[in-house]
Amino acid sequence: MTIRPDQTFHATAQLAMQAPVEKYGFTVMLSPDGKQSDGIAVVDLDSESNTFGQIVHQVIVPNKGDEFHHFGWNACSSALSPLTGHAFLERRYLIVPGIRSSRIYIIDVKEPLKAKIHKTIEPEELFAKTGYSRPHTIHCGPEGIYVSTLGGAGEDGTDGPPGIFIMDCETFEIIGRYEMDRGVQDKHYDFWWNLPQDYMVSSEWGLPPQFENGIVAEDLLSNKYGHSLHFWDLRKRKNIQTIDLGENHQMALEVRPAHDPKKSYGFCGVVVDTTNLQGAIFTWWRDDDGQWQAKKTITIDPQPADPDDLPELLKGFSAVPPLVTDIDLSLDDKYLYVACWGTGEMHQYDVSDPMNPVLAGKVELGGIVKDTKHPNGKDFAFGPQMVEVSRDGSRVYWTNSLYSTWDDQFYPDDEGGQMVMARVGNKGGLELEKDFYIDFPKGYRSHQIRLEGGDCSTDSFCYPNV
Amino acid sequence: MIDSAAGLWWAVVGSGLYHGVNPGMGWPLAVSAALMTSKPGSLAKALGLLALGHLLAMLAILLPFSLMTTLVRHESTIRIASGMLVVAMGVYLLINRKHPRFLARVHPAKLALWSFLAAMAHGAGLMLVPIYLGICAAANLDSGHQAAQTLMTGNLSNAIIVAIVHTVAMVIAGGLLAIVIYLWLGLRFLSKTWFNLDIVWAISLIVVGLIGTYSGVIEQ
Repeated sequence: MTIRPDQTFHATAQLAMQAPVEKYGFTVMLSPDGKQSDGIAVVDLDSESNTFGQIVHQVIVPNKGDEFHHFGWNACSSALSPLTGHAFLERRYLIVPGIRSSRIYIIDVKEPLKAKIHKTIEPEELFAKTGYSRPHTIHCGPEGIYVSTLGGAGEDGTDGPPGIFIMDCETFEIIGRYEMDRGVQDKHYDFWWNLPQDYMVSSEWGLPPQFENGIVAEDLLSNKYGHSLHFWDLRKRKNIQTIDLGENHQMALEVRPAHDPKKSYGFCGVVVDTTNLQGAIFTWWRDDDGQWQAKKTITIDPQPADPDDLPELLKGFSAVPPLVTDIDLSLDDKYLYVACWGTGEMHQYDVSDPMNPVLAGKVELGGIVKDTKHPNGKDFAFGPQMVEVSRDGSRVYWTNSLYSTWDDQFYPDDEGGQMVMARVGNKGGLELEKDFYIDFPKGYRSHQIRLEGGDCSTDSFCYPNV
Repeated sequence: MIDSAAGLWWAVVGSGLYHGVNPGMGWPLAVSAALMTSKPGSLAKALGLLALGHLLAMLAILLPFSLMTTLVRHESTIRIASGMLVVAMGVYLLINRKHPRFLARVHPAKLALWSFLAAMAHGAGLMLVPIYLGICAAANLDSGHQAAQTLMTGNLSNAIIVAIVHTVAMVIAGGLLAIVIYLWLGLRFLSKTWFNLDIVWAISLIVVGLIGTYSGVIEQ
C-alpha cells in the first residue's frame, strides 16, 4: 500500500505515451521439451546502457514442464478507476502462469535485476477453486486480477467449459470463477474490456486436446477450432452477445480494444481462413442501437510455395499461410501490428479509420519459406510472433515461438529463441534495429514480452484522451 | 467548548469539505462523466447524483439517532455508545485495510447508488453522529425541557439540516476539484492529487468518536 498512486499508472493512454520510456523488458523463456525449468528473462532496453539488448537477469523456476506462455501485471492504470477510489497498489508483481502445468508463479520485479519468485500457486488450488485449467491471459480489473483459462476440469481439460477466474491483487488468493451466465461460450483464449463502458470481449482458440500435442489437422479442416467473439456485460458477468465470425475463420485469438475508453471498437486477429489460407483481422464495434457488429477489414494472402519447402502439414496446399498469431495496437490507437508467423512478416497497419486499415509498413524476418535473415546477418528461427509496442509507440519488440508443439510442426528444422526490435518512423514505417538481437540461452524459446511500467497490451485506461 | 453550537456547525461543514476532496467519495467520477460524454453538463449531473447518494447515506445513519435523542434521560448514554461505535468503525478500517471489493461491481452509470454504498462502507455517516448529537444536546440545553414531541421534531429537522449542510459542503469541495481538473489542470493532476487517506480517514473516525464519547462522559 502506498501513499501516492504508482507513477506508472496513467489516467489516459495519452499520458502513458508521454511517460518515461521503458528501461527493462521481461520475456518468457520456455523449454519446449521440458528438460529445463522455464523462466523470465530480464532484458536491458536502455539504449544508453552498456548491456543494452542483453539478458541481464533470469528468474528460473524450480519446476519443469510448466510451459510459460502469456503473463501480466498485478496492477496497471486501471487502479486509477474512479469507481474503486483506491489507487494505491504497486505495479510490482508479474503473474506468470504455466499453460501446461496450470501452476502460477507470482514474480516480484520491484528491482528488475533482483527479480525473484514471491509466491507459487499450485495447480490443485486452481482446479479446486475454479474447475478451470491452463491459465493464460492476465488483466487487472475491477475486483482484482482476471485470468483467462484454456481448459476446464479433468485430465484433458474438457470436463466443463474453460473461462475466467479472479485473483486478489494483493494476496494473490484465487477468489473463484468470473462468469454468472456464459451463454454459448465453450472455448476460450483472450479477453479484454472497456472499463468505463462496462463491456468485455473474449475470443476462442480451441480445447486442450486440440493444441497440447500439436495442431490437429482434421479439426482445422473441419473447422472445429474457435471462430466466435463473445461480448459480456462486464459487471453483470453475463455474455450478452456472441458473434460467429464464420466457421472458416479458424482460431480467433488476440482481442485488442481501442485504448481510449470513449471508443467502442477494437480488433481481433484470425489465424487462418480454411477456404483460402488467408489471415484476417476483424474490426468489432458497437452500433447506434447498442448491438455488437464485426467485419473483416484486413485480409493477408497466402504465398505460393514449392511443396518441397513446406512441412508435412502444408505440402498439399503448395502455399504458405500468413498465420496471424498475434496483433497489438499502439496506445494512440493509430497503428495495429500484425504478426504473420507463417510467411515471416510483421505488418504495420494505419487503423486511424478502424473500418479501413491501410498497410503502412512491413518487415520480413524468418518465415517457413523465405527464412529472411536479420539485418545483422544472423538467422531468425520460426517467424515473428508475440509483438509488444512501447508506450510511446516508437519501438516494436517481438519474439519468435508460437507454442512448443506447433513450432515443431510448422518449422520442423528450426530451433532457438530470439527477441528483436524495430523502430517506427515518424510517419509510420517499420525498420529492424541492427543492434538489437537477443539470442536466448540454448534450449530455450521465447514468447510474450512485458515492458517495465506497462505496454500496449497491459494497461486499461479509465479516462478518455482529451 | 465542544458543545458550542457554532463550532459544531462548522464541524459539519468541515467534515463535508473533507469528504468532498477525498477521491474515494467520488469526484473523479464527475470528471470521468464529463470527459466520456464530452459534455460539461455531465459533470454537474454526476455531482448531483453523487450528492444524492451521499445525502441518503447521511440520513440513513442520522435519522435513527434522531429518534433516539428523544430519550433525553439516556442522552449521555447514547452519546457514549455512539461515540464508541464510531471509534469501533475507525479501528475496524485501520485493521481491515482491504478495500471493499463490491464497490467495483456497481455499474459505472449508477452514480447515486455507488455514492451511497461508498459512504456507507467507509462510515462517512458515522463520522457525523457525534457532531450531530452534540448539536442536539446544545439545542436541548438552550431550550430547556421541552415536550417530547417538540424535541423530536427539532432533532429530526436538525438531522436533515446537518445532512444537507454536510452534503452541500461536500459537493462544493469535490465539485471544485473536479472542475479545476476538468477545465484547467488536466488528468495528469488526477494521479498527482490523489493521496492515500485510508489511515487518516480511519483515525478521523476514531478522533471524532472519542470526542463524542468524552462529551457524553462529562455530561453524566
